[in-house]
This record gives sequence, structure tokens and C-alpha cells, in this order.
Amino acid sequence: MPLSFRTAPVLACLICLCLAALHPQPLAAQDDAPQGTLQALLQTHQEEVARPSRNSVALVLDALLDAQLDGTLEFLRLWQDREVYERDADGLFFYAREGQDRMLVLTDIDTGEEAGVIGSREINQIRPNAGVRREIAAALVQFELSDPDPARRLAALEAISRSPDPEQIPLLAAAIEGEPDPAIRERKERVLSLLIARHGSDSAERVAAIEALTGDISTEARRVLNQLLQTQAGIAGALPEDANIERVRSPGDDLDLITAYDRLADAGLAPARRGHNAIRDALRAHVANGQVGGVALHRLSTDEARREAYRTLEEAGLVPPLVTEAAMQAAVAQYVFFDAYVEPDAAVTDAARDALDSTRTKIGIYQAFGLTLDALSLASIFFLAAIGLAITFGVMRVINMAHGEFIMMGAYTGYVVQLFIPNYTFSLAVALPLAFAITFGAGVAMERLVIRYLYTRPLETLLATFGISIALQQLAKNIFGTQARPLTAPDWLAGSVVLNDIVSISSIRVAIFVLALMFLAMLVVILQRTRLGLEVRAVTQNPGMAASMGINPDRINMLTFGLGSGIAGVAGVAIGLYAQVTSEMGANYIVQSFMTVVVGGVGSVFGTLAGAGLIGFLQKGIEWFNPGNTLAAQTYMVLFIILFIQFRPRGIVALKGRAAGD
Amino acid sequence: MAADIMTRGARGPAKPRQPAPPRRRSFLAENPSVLWFMLALGLFTAVVSVLSEAFGAGLLSTSLIKVLGMTLCLCLIAIAMDVVWGYCGILSLGHFAFFGLGGYAIGMWLMYARTEIVIRENLASGTIPPTETEVTEAVTAQIFGVVGSSELPLIWSFAYSLPFQLAMVVLMPGLLALIFGWLAFRSRVTGVYLSILTQAMTLALSLYLFQNDTGLRGNNGLSGLQNIPGFLDVPQSVISMWFFWASAFALGAGYLLFAWVVWGKFGSVIRAIRDNESRVRFLGYNVEGYKLFVFTLTAVASGLAGALYYPQAGIINPAEIAPIASIYLAVWVAIGGRGRLYGAVIGAASVSLLSSWLTGGGAPNIDLGFYRIIWTDWWLVLLGLGFVLVTLFFPKGIGGLFDYLVRKRP
Repeated sequence: MPLSFRTAPVLACLICLCLAALHPQPLAAQDDAPQGTLQALLQTHQEEVARPSRNSVALVLDALLDAQLDGTLEFLRLWQDREVYERDADGLFFYAREGQDRMLVLTDIDTGEEAGVIGSREINQIRPNAGVRREIAAALVQFELSDPDPARRLAALEAISRSPDPEQIPLLAAAIEGEPDPAIRERKERVLSLLIARHGSDSAERVAAIEALTGDISTEARRVLNQLLQTQAGIAGALPEDANIERVRSPGDDLDLITAYDRLADAGLAPARRGHNAIRDALRAHVANGQVGGVALHRLSTDEARREAYRTLEEAGLVPPLVTEAAMQAAVAQYVFFDAYVEPDAAVTDAARDALDSTRTKIGIYQAFGLTLDALSLASIFFLAAIGLAITFGVMRVINMAHGEFIMMGAYTGYVVQLFIPNYTFSLAVALPLAFAITFGAGVAMERLVIRYLYTRPLETLLATFGISIALQQLAKNIFGTQARPLTAPDWLAGSVVLNDIVSISSIRVAIFVLALMFLAMLVVILQRTRLGLEVRAVTQNPGMAASMGINPDRINMLTFGLGSGIAGVAGVAIGLYAQVTSEMGANYIVQSFMTVVVGGVGSVFGTLAGAGLIGFLQKGIEWFNPGNTLAAQTYMVLFIILFIQFRPRGIVALKGRAAGD
Repeated sequence: MAADIMTRGARGPAKPRQPAPPRRRSFLAENPSVLWFMLALGLFTAVVSVLSEAFGAGLLSTSLIKVLGMTLCLCLIAIAMDVVWGYCGILSLGHFAFFGLGGYAIGMWLMYARTEIVIRENLASGTIPPTETEVTEAVTAQIFGVVGSSELPLIWSFAYSLPFQLAMVVLMPGLLALIFGWLAFRSRVTGVYLSILTQAMTLALSLYLFQNDTGLRGNNGLSGLQNIPGFLDVPQSVISMWFFWASAFALGAGYLLFAWVVWGKFGSVIRAIRDNESRVRFLGYNVEGYKLFVFTLTAVASGLAGALYYPQAGIINPAEIAPIASIYLAVWVAIGGRGRLYGAVIGAASVSLLSSWLTGGGAPNIDLGFYRIIWTDWWLVLLGLGFVLVTLFFPKGIGGLFDYLVRKRP
């Protein structure tokens, strides 16, 4: 088969286009349309409408905008969306929709009435390219600024603020008057003032607009100010009078000699420096009789020998001379190097700089606030992941390497529940208790079957639970596969809480923070205010004494372990909502969780809180100094923890007296 | 031992003279396992040599020889782990970090020197011989182009020198262990906390190596290590045998060294530290010094094992150093049997060979009719559960079986 199905339609289109182009233009068509209609206007620019290019489209648009005919807006919109067709027979334009039997139903551009049915081969779809469509969109803006639909008006405003253009100033100014909606009116005024600041024609007006931006921390205001302050490096014999100079750079001080000279060379003001490679290439070009410039080839493996050979060639006039440092200095000294603003008006740039400076403190405060929120969120994630461990490790001194896998089990529980209950809110409400129940059961089973035999050998619980951990991980891989599974948050958790352009935090992270606080409160209440908590603390401090007081240590250990595991399961659902659910997700948290517990102080819920807080804030703080490098932040954080443990081996909140035990 | 001294002290003044202490028997007589082990290792080496592709019948493929040689290196680090954990009671989860450091140290030389040879050959074909700077720049571009860097990192300054990098094989793990151990033991971090601390160290190191800008090629790691500069024409079948013999020799020497270290008074002291650290301290021993010595010595041995392992593996990357590798090491030693050197060897060899056999697709899958057991899927489940069972029911590990064969002298 010579043509595949994919290429055939493309080819057919191409052929159609060729035929259409060859078709003799029906000049008579122009006379058919009555004067003063859109069709007539379009027909005067028939060629430009049917085959628009970036250059020619402006002509049509100007004509359309000048005429202000009815239906122009709709035509522009459909033209942009490639829904305008040209009838081959007479070159008239129509809108069309698909009818029966591959026929197209035509609609008259002016009247909006049906204008017959036509086969798709007898009509030509007009396909403006991306550049043309952008031009059309810009023209549409001014229509849309006064569109009855408020959403359209807002969208048009956003389009302006994204790609500002001096020509939009009068259009926008005109559109403010008739605006009924006060919010949109305010927005229009703001976009207008940004436009004037950036592109206005009157200096005083611009300065006033810029001064109005003083203290404005929104991204769009700062973008405009920064664009105004763009600079361009320049070289001249003497400082130009008319340029708006930002600063003069003195070579050797804030501009090193080589860079300065290279700039001269780039500007064609000095001969280019002969670099290492240029010397080598020049030598290579002049090899004769096994030597270059009187130096044997095999000796040319040092820079000195090469330079010597080059000098010989230079004296013979065969190669351009080397630029010495003295020559470079002399050349550089002849010129002034400066950075000049692209914006020629000094009053505008001064005002812009003042306005930008005034925002600096405010931005700093907001960024610090945003960083604090980030750190709090990270700390709450660490806390959630570690709090179950704080119970099993901190209270029972059992190292549960499978803790991470309980987190994973919780997350997979959430995933499976979502498979059966499509409503995300409801499924989350089911998944949280179910995850607790499942991991509680798993924890109790593990304690009964394995860990209780190892209470006298704490290091070996590490090994046994590690065995369980790798087995569980592999089981999850066998059941759910290796690819990540989605655990989708309900819609009311999908967005984010936005304070301003600098500070925003996703709703899930807020929810995790709240969840962490709830867990903290719950655990403190259980451990301090209930019978179970009392018994847990008693068994922790002295199992023998507790047993002689009528407490069953076996039962308490089992319940404590179950509680810690169950909390890990719930944490898993929470973590799964914002991270991906994979069989290895637990392993990512286990080492950090242990460090959280150890840094915070073993055996204390508040210690874990302090540990999570310290680690979270530290990691975000280090990231602040070295943005974009999370790995480095983690590395330094772990190093810090190692050092920290040197000085406070018992953690931040150290138990004292007998409770400390060992 | 402590109890021994106390009873003697109670008898104190009644006897005018202490009876002469029993004469210690020789090292070999007290450690019959050393002889047996050397014999087995020698026999194994001989058999493998005879069956090898390069020097014998050709029944064993080159890749199998490499696996065996690598296994010998793993046995060496397992012995080191056994000494530090089984004899001295420090459950270090960081020895694979030292192993990796040794590998990185030798890998830097292997990679640099080989690239340099290739680059020099390429540049020599030009009309003008290259300068040293040009060679260095070309080598740097070749090695670090992948992480987008064009400058030779400072730590590679002496990568061209084999003696320097060999010294690094010993010094890098040794110094890291010395500093880390000094910090940790000085502040009396023990037991579980020490395990977590060593794990943190391993994590920090692997995170550090994972970064692209720390000069060790980030997660690309070092590769092409199986090509030995200076012997680029020698076929891999021969090189693999050289490394196999070197690994066997290192394992034998390491076994001898560690058997000697854990023998005699020194061995008694470190076992006493394992059993009751405080009591040893009260007796006046410098516990921290002993622990630091054992920790550092085993770290150096691990580094050497790594330096032999990675030229056979051919590639090293930071994932090898991840904390889980060190936990696996503990698993091998525990399965083999702690507190006996041959136990560690048995554990490391059996688990790692079994693992590479089952996950490499060597074992036939079993069709149960209703379910098909695919070993690559189920091996880890089996290993994990097996490990739980060993911990629960056979705390002495596989090595414990030898106690049934050889009745211990009273």
C-alpha cells in the first residue's frame, strides 16, 4: 500500500489547496454582495482573508475595525478558530458545520441564515497560522473588552496584561467608562496603569503611574518595574550624553580585563584575542617539512614552544599578531564601558527603581513568612511519618524497620478504597479509619508473632523487622506492580490557599498540618489522660513493677504497637494524597523518621514534635540559602543531625531520672 | 571474664603465690577453623582456576568468574562486619559506605587513566602533539560532560596517580571511620542510637554523591571500571582471573588478620565490651579506644574489599551506598552466624549467590497450575521471611550447625 492512512488525508488537503490556488479567481463575486455588508468588505480583501499571512492580516483587521460592521466580532472569533470557509466557485466566505453524508451546511456571514449545502471538496477551509491567529486575538481584545459576558472581559484583560502593547492604551482607556462591574472596572484601571507605566507616551503620566506601584508586591507590578529597569552593556569612546546610564564600569575593577577586551573584539573595535585553539590551528595551517616556524613538530607539546613558533610565523607576516596584555590594556583604556537602561527616560527609570526598592522589605517579610509555612508543612509531614515510630520506638524501644511499610499499606488502602468508591470525599472518609484498622491489625500480628520474642534482644528486632519490611515491599510490588498508583484528593483539597503572589500553600498541606495537630492532641490525651496511657507509661518505665500492680504487660505492648502502626497507616493515606503511592514510598521515610525521633528525644511525643520541627525548618532554611538543590539541603541536614546527636545524645527533650533507663 | 577476676580477688591473700597461668596454646591450635578455611579457599581457587576460560577447561564463563570474585569481596566485608558487630557489638549500618568509598577511590584512577590513554591516542593522530593542558581538558570534558561540568573537580587532582588513589582506598574509609567513630564513641552513643547514627552517615554520604556538582558524576557514578589502564589489550577473561585471585588472596589475608585480632587478650576485651561495656570500662580499659580501633580497622578492610569489587562489577554509583545495602550486610552476617568468622563468609556467599541466581533468571519458575511462581518476584519475600525465621529460631545462624558437627571442648 503506497499511502498509509495517516498521510493520506494530509496529502488530500495539500492537493485541494493546490487546486484552490490554481483556480481562476471569480472576480464577478465581488459584485454579488450588497455594499456595506461584512461579506462585501471581506471580498475587497478576498486574497488576504482566504490566505492570511502575518504581514497581510493587519490590513484586513484595520479595515474591519474601521468599518465597525455588525458581526465583525463573531467573524473574527470564527476566523481565528478556523471555522470560516471559502467557496471555491465564487470565493464568497461562509461559516459551515458538518451535515449529513460528509456535506457541509453553510451559514451566511451577514444574515446568519442557512445558505445551502455543499460537498467538502467544493469548499476550502481557511486555516490561519499561529502568528496570524495571535494578531486576530489582539484585535479581538478591544471588542471583548466591552463584551456583555464578564468572564470574556476578564479574559481579555488577562491577555493584555500578559502581552502588553502600547496600542492597547487608548482601547483600554475607552473601555473603562462603560464598565458596569466595579471589580472589573478596578482591574481595568490597574491593567491600564501598568500599561501606561510600561508603554505610556507622556513622561509625567508614566512617573505618576509608576509611583502608584510603590509598595505593590504583586508579580505583574514587579515584572513591569523590572522590565523598565532592563539594562544593556555598551562601549563608547566617551560617555554618550543622551543615554540613560545605569552605571559606568571600570575595567580591572568591576569588569575584568579579558571580558572587557573580548567585548571590544566582539564590537569590532579591536582585533580578536588569539586563544589557545587559534594558535594551534594557525600552527597546523603552516606545517612545512615536519616543522612550523623553525620548531620541530614533536617539540610543540608545550605552550612555550608553540608561542615561539607562532612568533616566528608572526615575524614572517604569515599570521595575525598575538595580542599582548599591554596591548589589551591600551585598547581597553581607550573606551568607556557602561550599562545603560533600555528605557531612555531617566525620570521613569529613577521612579521605577524607587518603587522597586520600596517593595524589598515587604517582599522579604512575605518570603520569610512563606518559608515558615513551607517549613511548618514539611515538619508536619515528618511528624506524621514519625509519630507512629515515636510510640513503638520511643515508648517500647523496639526498632520497627517495617514502619515505612505500614505507611505504604495505609496509602494502598486509600488507593483500593478509591477503586470501589468513586466519590473522593466519601472514599477518603472510609479510607482513613480502614487504613487505621488494617495497619493496627498488621501491627498487632507482627507484635504477637515476632517482636514479643525479641524484647530482650532489641538490636535483633531491627533485623527481623527489616526482613518483614523487604517481604512486604516485594509483596506490594507483586500485587500492585511497580508503577505509581494515584490517590486522588477530593476537589475541596485540590486547590491552594493564596494570600498574595508570594505566599501560597496547597490545601492538602494545610490538611496534613491539621491532621498532624489532631494526632498530637489525640496522642497526648491517650497517653496522659486515659487508663490505657497510664498503663503504657507504667509498662514502659518498669514492666516488672507494672505487672505486679496487675497490669498485663503483654496486652499493653500489643495495643501500643498496634496504635503506633495504625497511626502510620493513617499517615500513609495523608502522605499518599500529595506524594505518589509506590511500594517504595515507605522506605523513603524510614531513615528520616528515625532521625526525627532520635533528634527529638526518645520516649516523648513532644520530643518528636520538636524533632520534626527542627528538621523541617532546618531543611527549608538550608534550601533557602541554596535554592533548587534539595539533595544538598538533605545532605547538610543529616550532617547537622549527626553533629547534633554528638552534643545532645538524648535528643532535644531528654527524659531524666529513672524514666530514661537505657 | 569479669566474674573470673572477681572470684580470684576474693581468694586473694590466702595464697602466697598465684599459680602460673596456663600456657596459651598457639594461634592455629586455638583456631582450627583458620586452617580449614584456608584449605577450603585454596581448593576453591584452584578448582575455579582449572575450570576457568582463560587458564583451564573453559567450563566457567567470564561473567561467572566475575560473580565469584565479587562474592569473595563481599565475604571479606562480611568478615569485617562480623568483627565489628558479632565480636564488638557495634551494629554498624555504615560499612557499605566504606566499601563504596574504596570503590570510588580506585574507580577515579581507573576511569581517569583509561580516558587519558584513549584521549592521548586520539590527539596523537593530529599534526601537532597535544600539550598537557589540552589532554587534561579533553579528559575532563570526556568524564564530566555528562554532568555538564568542564572543570576538573579538586578531588580529582591526583586521579592520574595510582599510588595516590591506592592510598586513598585506605585513607578515605579509614579517616571517615576514625573521625565519625571518635565523635560517636566519645559521646557514648551506643546500641540502637549508634545504628541509626551510622545509618544517617551512610544516607548523608549517598545523598552527597547523588549531587551532580560534588565532582563524582552524580547518579551516573563511575563506569567502565572493568578496563584496566595499561592492560587494555588483555582480554576480560584473563583480567577477571587476576581479580579473582586478588580477591581470594585478600579474603584469605583478611580472615587471617581478623582471626588474629579477635584471638588472645585483645579479642577477649572486645567480646567483653560487646557483653557489658560499662563493666569493662570500670575495670580500667579504654573502651572507646578499643571500639575506635575495631571500627576503623574494619572500615579499612571494607574499603579494600570495595576497591577489589568494583573493577569486577565495572560500574559504581551512589545507589550502591544507600543505607539498605548496609542493612543487607547485617542480614548476611546474621544468617551466616554472628561471632564466628566463617559464619559471616557462609552467610555472605550463600545469600548473595542465591540472590543473583534467583533474580538473574537462573532458577526455573515453578508452575503450580493455579499460580506460577516467578522467582524474581518472590525471592525477596522469601528472603525477608526466611530472615525473620532465622532471627527468631536460629540466632546462631547457619554457622551454628557446625557446633553440632564439632563438639566444643569444655
